[in-house]
Amino acid sequence: MAEKVQIKVVVNGVEHHSEVEPRLLLVHYLRETLGLTGTHVGCDTSQCGACTVHLDGQAVKSCTLFAVQADGSSITTIEGLGSVDSLHPVQEGFWEMHGLQCGFCTPGMIMAAADLLNRNPQPSEEEIRHALEGNLCRCTGYHNIVRAVQYAANKMAGKVGVAADD
Amino acid sequence: MYTAPFSYKKASNLSEALSLLQQNPEAKLLAGGHSLIPAMKLRLAAPPLLIDISKVAELRGIRREGDTLVIGAMTTYRELETSDLLKELCPIIPQAVSLIGDPMVRTKGTIGGSLAHADPAADLPASMLALEARIKIQGPSGSRVVEAEQFFTGMFSTALGEGEILTEVHIPVRPGARMAYAKFPHPASRYAVVGVAVVLDGNSVRAAVTGAGEHAMRLTKLEQALSGQALSAESITAACQGLLPADNLNHDLAASKEYRAHLVDVMAKRALLQAAGL
Amino acid sequence: MAEKLFGKAMKRVEDPRFITGTGNYTDDMTLPGMVHAAMVRSPYAHARIKKIDVSKARSHPGVLAVITGQEMKDAGINSIPTGWLHPGIKTPPHYAITFDKARHVGDIVAAVIAETRQIAEDAAQLVEVDYEPLPAVSLGSDALKPGAPAVHDDIPDNICFTWSIGDKEAVDKAFASAYKTVKLNLRNNRLVPNAMEPRASLAQYHKASDEYTLWTTSQNPHIHRLLIAAFIMGIPEHKLRVIAPDVGGGFGSKIYQYPEEIIVLYAAKKLGRPVKWTARRSESFVTDSHGRDHETVAEMAVDQNGKITAVRVNTIANLGAYLTTFAPAVPTYLYGCLLAGTYTTPHIYCHVTAPFTHTTPVDAYRGAGRPEATYLLERLVDVMAHELGMDPVEFRRKNLIPPDAFPYQTPVALQYDSGNYEANLDKALELVGYKQLRQQQEEWRKQGRYMGIGVVTYIEACGLAPSALVGSLGAQAGQWESALVRVMPTGKVEVFTGTHSHGQGHETAFAQVVADELQIPVEDVVLVHGDTGRMPYGWGSYGSRSAPTGLSAIVLATRKIIDKSKKIAAHLLEAAPEDIVHEDGKFMVKGVPDKAKTFFEIALQAHLAHNYPADLEPGLEATHFYDPKNFVYPFGTHIAVVEVDPETGKVRLLRYLSVDDCGPVINPLIAEGQVHGGIAQGLGQALLEEAVYDKEGQILSGNFLEYTLPRADDMVQIEHDHTVTPCPHNPLGVKGIGEAGTIASTAAIANAVMDALRPFGIVHLDMPYTPEKIWRAIQHSRPAQAAD
Repeated sequence: MAEKVQIKVVVNGVEHHSEVEPRLLLVHYLRETLGLTGTHVGCDTSQCGACTVHLDGQAVKSCTLFAVQADGSSITTIEGLGSVDSLHPVQEGFWEMHGLQCGFCTPGMIMAAADLLNRNPQPSEEEIRHALEGNLCRCTGYHNIVRAVQYAANKMAGKVGVAADD
Repeated sequence: MYTAPFSYKKASNLSEALSLLQQNPEAKLLAGGHSLIPAMKLRLAAPPLLIDISKVAELRGIRREGDTLVIGAMTTYRELETSDLLKELCPIIPQAVSLIGDPMVRTKGTIGGSLAHADPAADLPASMLALEARIKIQGPSGSRVVEAEQFFTGMFSTALGEGEILTEVHIPVRPGARMAYAKFPHPASRYAVVGVAVVLDGNSVRAAVTGAGEHAMRLTKLEQALSGQALSAESITAACQGLLPADNLNHDLAASKEYRAHLVDVMAKRALLQAAGL
Repeated sequence: MAEKLFGKAMKRVEDPRFITGTGNYTDDMTLPGMVHAAMVRSPYAHARIKKIDVSKARSHPGVLAVITGQEMKDAGINSIPTGWLHPGIKTPPHYAITFDKARHVGDIVAAVIAETRQIAEDAAQLVEVDYEPLPAVSLGSDALKPGAPAVHDDIPDNICFTWSIGDKEAVDKAFASAYKTVKLNLRNNRLVPNAMEPRASLAQYHKASDEYTLWTTSQNPHIHRLLIAAFIMGIPEHKLRVIAPDVGGGFGSKIYQYPEEIIVLYAAKKLGRPVKWTARRSESFVTDSHGRDHETVAEMAVDQNGKITAVRVNTIANLGAYLTTFAPAVPTYLYGCLLAGTYTTPHIYCHVTAPFTHTTPVDAYRGAGRPEATYLLERLVDVMAHELGMDPVEFRRKNLIPPDAFPYQTPVALQYDSGNYEANLDKALELVGYKQLRQQQEEWRKQGRYMGIGVVTYIEACGLAPSALVGSLGAQAGQWESALVRVMPTGKVEVFTGTHSHGQGHETAFAQVVADELQIPVEDVVLVHGDTGRMPYGWGSYGSRSAPTGLSAIVLATRKIIDKSKKIAAHLLEAAPEDIVHEDGKFMVKGVPDKAKTFFEIALQAHLAHNYPADLEPGLEATHFYDPKNFVYPFGTHIAVVEVDPETGKVRLLRYLSVDDCGPVINPLIAEGQVHGGIAQGLGQALLEEAVYDKEGQILSGNFLEYTLPRADDMVQIEHDHTVTPCPHNPLGVKGIGEAGTIASTAAIANAVMDALRPFGIVHLDMPYTPEKIWRAIQHSRPAQAAD
């Protein structure tokens, strides 16, 4: 068995020092070592995006990254994006616009959408759809996901609670 | 879902990476990992050691050196996509990169990782050929520069020798050149079924295709037909006919050889029309 | 009085946990001492297992057990049964771990249990299986050919069953005297359900009490408990608790009893430690039951007035290697009985041959039989309309069942209870601007642009199901549903249902209805589901049954609470029970508003029973078992508008409009969400998705790199409206909406694509309409017509 490696990561603002096997994927480190099970695994070919988290402020697929690669980085997961008492506007948008059904793709979808709005605060519908290319949802047909992202964009721009097509 | 066990070393500079690679010929270099890690998860690859070069500072960044744009091998897709320097001097790269994978892939994926992996369906090789980029390679006994056209030697194979690392991509600055990339994506994987890059520089036309064959290749027939010609929708359409014989092309669930050959013509036409502003 | 919530687009109460990453899916769970299972699966579609050597795997550090099929059989673990039988059906054994032969890629040949999942997967690679590969067959029609390799040795012709419905003689006669007939050879492509949460199971054995707990990704935990206890493992039913916690989508694929659930239960007892297994997606592709996969010859006959006189259908329905829980029902009663559609067709005959093949089992996938029926019928309608030179809408209109014909008895067993099809069609046509679209299509064609408009008027039968009826048709279980409504001393209400919510928002919609009924705030109601240890008996969620069947049980239980509350109020108010009215959230003496008791006061007194009617039981809870009188029959019109790029063959969806009638809508947000998702899955079948097998039985599209799920940029914003025709036989008049989108949209998009290709003389292509398929068809078409 390969030797373990010492890593230091800051996850949702909390510093963790861990010894990990090099082959431990970041998603398993988050889910199994830290118990942050909000980040999901939906495939084994890096296609579905359910495992999306922010690494140093940018969206990544935590299933396609070894925990050792995150050494020295700061990570935000769905648990750290906002809480029930103070939801991130994207979380709020998903709730308001019914942007989720079974909830399984939702954490990754929200993290990808938040990353989009960081880069592009007022995306068009086409830009939203293109930016969510790496996140699969089987329940919603994406209709209300698009509206949820539009809601969040408007909310972040100070136009509270107005969905673009309502 | 789990890779086979392996050892991991993070290189802090290029010479450390080179010496680690020399000591461990079975090792694999780890850049963005978006080709290597999926293969390892399916246990299609099981290297005993990964040498992580993604944080090597001297391998990162985009700069202009005289008439050349120099792109460090570990520059990420996202850095390429958002580079003002590239948008101004070489817009085909941000355009092509914006069509690679998805935003999460573009956060981690690197230009050097993609070129060294030489996936026949990768997007960037077409642009590299059409731009006549040069690939800088560092080995244990010094560096050398290879023309992009000589770099890709087969499916997943390149001119990189044992113990060598792709360090930089050099792209000639072509003021006033017009360029575009047209892609027909695989519906599921979003890799290129066919992608054609064209660069119009004065009277010369340079074009290359990815996804069609074992590796990216120049579309010489097209270049010869159009170079020195006035470009019009008619001349472009007439030139984009039967650019590649179907016989030697790739085939899979998404596209047969014949359909791929047809898509090469269509994507070439679309890239040319876009670049020419027609 | 509390605001009326029925019909209100209330935000979902389940969402806070999902949007903050604090849901509780099976794979999220960790128990003390938990260990992990990995399956060794056959890489061959058909192979004899000559020898299994587990010694290397067993001695790998961290490995606790390697379990084989022989071991489980010797331990008395039985075959997994099917839940639906036809006369003469062959039911070959289906062991959790096979020991004689592998019959499809992914068939389990051994299970490794280890301290970690990594070790289990490492060791699974060390199990040495000596296979003798045998010839395989993957296509249904190939399996029926003489000399085809047999999937099960004692069924040499591979035929599991044949089935037919309708009056063949009358149909043949109608065809003989028809004005025109059309005939289509159709392949309904095989699909992989692909709920985003991969299946997972976690089993725990409690030695002191000899009890088991199984957490599993299930749409119906009671069915799992019944099958495991009574048929497979012989566990006393009360010693097995099955919990389906948060479940990340099902679409049918999580109804069935799967091998892995048996294996983890067996291993948990054997090792005395909790055992978890979670599927990798590539395992899901070869083990989750697939959907569809029909080869069909479909024919339609009309008279000179353009009235459909007969429909004749002959289908080969591929069942895969084994029968799973509902498989025999899907290509038969859920399919052949739907072939009347919304039309007055007097004569229908459907014959089905269902063979085994060396492929993953096929069972219900969203819509289950009804999308297959709707697709073939609506394709026939479009082709016939074209043949007659009629607009497809006008041909439909001519044949729709008129609103005064209900209840309407079809020639294929079903009696439709209510409907108003033409009004629904007209609403959709007006909303979409049908005439203008046809004009635009003409103009575009002149410019060499190929727009297609696909219209579908669909019906479905859902709300499974009247028990006696389905029993007479072969169901081995009841299909009623139960509910327990329990009022606590403080007036808060727990509602227990046998249905299961895995995305459908029952925790919200059902609470809305209960709050309305009891006239209390919705926050005072909580829905409990998915745990055999807490709920009364129930049959789960599938077949769009939760609202019409499950919620009907809840409503009737709630009304029992109201009746009892009136008696308690009468006692407290010294009035006669028949004089008590339930208004404004209070129980009051009719006409005397200040003589009233709140629900809280009644709930409290029901529990204190200090001042209480002598002849009344204390407590305030009620159970109701509801068996529906009939199916429910949602219907609607879906219209798809597409553009085909003739150069590449790529289809782009331009618009999609649906007008659905599921009766009164409880929560429009949720109902529309169901429609949106259903439409995307239908689009997936029409344009993108196919489980492709080669002749050796290998799946070629067995992961997300090759199998195309619809993505955000494949879809458009959906235009949606509805009409309201209540179901006459359940308490709320509600009908199901979970499957309607899928049932209609596949056919609507198919018709739109074929409509776009009409200038090329193309009459029919099989789905999915991949770019190359369309490009090739255009290449082979008559180019002269394209210029028209």
